[in-house]
Amino acid sequence: MIAELGYAATVVGFVLALYGAMAGVIGVRTGRADWLRTSERAAVGIWILITACMALMLYAFLTFDFSVRYVAMNTNRGTPFYYRITALWGALEGSIVLWAWMLSIYTLIVVVRYRRRQPELYPWVLSVMLGILAFFLLVMSIPAPPFERLSPIPPDGRGLNPLLEDSGMITHPVALYLGFTGFSVPFAFAMAALIVGRTGDEWITITRRWTIVAWYFLSLGLLIGGWWSYHVLGWGGYWAWDPVENAAFMPWLTGTAFLHSVMIQERRRMLKLWNLTLIILTFGLTLFGTFLTRSGIIGSVHSFTQGSIGVFFLAFLALALLGAFSLLAWRTDHLRAQGELDSAVSRESVFLLNNLFLIAATFTVFFGTVFPLLSEAARGVKVSVGAPFFNLVNIPIFLALLFLMGVGPLIAWRRASAENLKRNFLKPVLAGIVAAAVLRLFGVGNVLVLTAMALVVFVAGTITLDYGRAVRARRRSGDGWSAATWGLLLRQNRRYGGFVVHLGILVIALGVAGSQAWSLQTETTLEKGQSVELAGYRVRFDGLSASEESNHFKVTGAFTMTTGRSSFAELRPARKFYPQEQTPIAAVDYRLGWVEDVYLVLGDFARDGSRATVKLQVNRLVSWLWIGGLVLTLGAALAILPDHRKPA
Amino acid sequence: MSTQRKFVAGGLVIVAALGYLIWSGVTQSVVYFVTPSELLAAPVANKTYRLGGLVLPGSLTWDAKSLALSFTLSDGKAQVPVRHRGAPPDLFAEGRGAVVEGAWARGGYFQASLILAKHSEEYKAPHDGADPGYKELLKSLRGKDK
Repeated sequence: MIAELGYAATVVGFVLALYGAMAGVIGVRTGRADWLRTSERAAVGIWILITACMALMLYAFLTFDFSVRYVAMNTNRGTPFYYRITALWGALEGSIVLWAWMLSIYTLIVVVRYRRRQPELYPWVLSVMLGILAFFLLVMSIPAPPFERLSPIPPDGRGLNPLLEDSGMITHPVALYLGFTGFSVPFAFAMAALIVGRTGDEWITITRRWTIVAWYFLSLGLLIGGWWSYHVLGWGGYWAWDPVENAAFMPWLTGTAFLHSVMIQERRRMLKLWNLTLIILTFGLTLFGTFLTRSGIIGSVHSFTQGSIGVFFLAFLALALLGAFSLLAWRTDHLRAQGELDSAVSRESVFLLNNLFLIAATFTVFFGTVFPLLSEAARGVKVSVGAPFFNLVNIPIFLALLFLMGVGPLIAWRRASAENLKRNFLKPVLAGIVAAAVLRLFGVGNVLVLTAMALVVFVAGTITLDYGRAVRARRRSGDGWSAATWGLLLRQNRRYGGFVVHLGILVIALGVAGSQAWSLQTETTLEKGQSVELAGYRVRFDGLSASEESNHFKVTGAFTMTTGRSSFAELRPARKFYPQEQTPIAAVDYRLGWVEDVYLVLGDFARDGSRATVKLQVNRLVSWLWIGGLVLTLGAALAILPDHRKPA
Repeated sequence: MSTQRKFVAGGLVIVAALGYLIWSGVTQSVVYFVTPSELLAAPVANKTYRLGGLVLPGSLTWDAKSLALSFTLSDGKAQVPVRHRGAPPDLFAEGRGAVVEGAWARGGYFQASLILAKHSEEYKAPHDGADPGYKELLKSLRGKDK
């Protein structure tokens, strides 16, 4: 029953989306408002239908309706309550439903916000959004039907992928998909502006804020993904340059590039063509990422499914890019720059460099991800390019970006004088050099780490300098300390929101550099009562115990950790045996710290509990990644707030 | 106009530098994927490969004390002895596929630095006969600790 209802809702939704998109176009071409209202009603109807799909699927999960194939594959009677809810988006079909649902919500927001405010662009925006919705509903109807039946009905389901039984899986896909789908709004506005031929400034302001919204969620999704990788996968890292990670990282990079280059357009009326290209690319990369990860074309730790879905995505991607770039070519004459570059030492050129490097990083990630495919297709040679390639190429690029991050916000527009440079950069540069020298004295020999740390201090210096000046200016005009310090963040939220994001990036850079350079690990086998030592930590093996959980067996190791100062903690890493999996899954135990995390993984063990092989890691500065991430998202949230510079 | 030209020229120089960076990155860090027969046909010592094959049943030895892991990877035609230091990872077992990254050592074996076990996607009905092993494990551990 549920399967039939769900399938009917999907198909009706698809037809409605196509009809609504066409109604919008007819409405705007004939100038008849009733067609436009039809299109709006279609958008509302689609939202109701997809919400119904979500509700039906949830009901099927909560009542263990194993006649629905997706439910049977992703849950079983032992799956805990919360994970029966998150199992909804635990695999391909369900995540497409989630995706479509979010897209329908964004579409509704567009209807509510812009039907009166943007009468000219709005019908086209709506039609484009409905067109994208139609595609996802088509995917839900044919290649990835979430409501497919399973017959005969099995007595129990297969169960959720055990790695997904984690609280991070509640928020990670939601944030990531809010980010991915969020980029459809700027894309729809860009298409509308091209079609109407109004490539002025208004739409770009709207687009900028929507891009920050999408960027905010995408950043959050990436960060939670890193945290999940760190505390669930048990390899002690947070980023593996895995194709799935790369797929989410590429639109983040191009989105970041757009958020910077759009400022040149606002200020100097340049780069219109380029900004549109970035929006189209970003949207295209969200589709490409889905194609990459969901088509099974690339073997990845978590590339999930195979089937015809890849063809659908590739075809839609080709269609979207072709359409978008044709429109762009058709409107080139509208997109001439009205300003021009004056000097190489100016904020414009820093932004250009920033874009160049961000695109280079995107290309590197893209190239590294698809190179194995190209090589196999072109030469029949199977190769892999792993983390060494990405690190080798991207580290210099990211260091350069870090440098530009310090220079960009303070250097003058048009042409920077020697006076301007000296006033803004002399002290921060000196601070950076001193920091590197001090670290060198303390025995840090790694050139990359020294460079990274010097740059972090330099950029932090420029931010402090600028913020300090602004606060003093507010003080002179009579504000109190707190009003001057905190009020400034809100009063110029766009500029200082950006600064806070930069601070977040600096903290993340600190975490990445520190964890790559200074983390330690050891692997050893311990008899009961024996200890292993690493970096001042002593971990003693006290024994093993076993327990039966609702959907798996668990073998837990008891370890006592002591440090030189005789403080101690119990560590309980485990191995979980899921009946539906062929081999056990490790559950890490860890103690997070400001400076270092202790991270213990239980490996092989003797069945009588007398011996266990463990991997002990002391991971340095990793916590700063999560702290930096928090700062970054706070800054992005600040920048999303309405702009206070102009009266609203 | 000449300023614009300078920008284009400067941009091209940077693009060329980045292109070189990527090209050298690929040539330095590309790892060839080989089967046991391909590797044995022309083994180059100390060059990094990814070797993929089936873990030959009966070939797996694991010494917990010294963390020495050794097994044989086979593709049906040729067999390569592999040595590794570290516990066998999750998803790794005899009779199953595995990919190892490492280099051919002069001693006539493949020294693996990384084992990537292959996750099989096959559907497996739960509670089918595969778990008595776990039950027994549970019992033996409970007997010891309680």
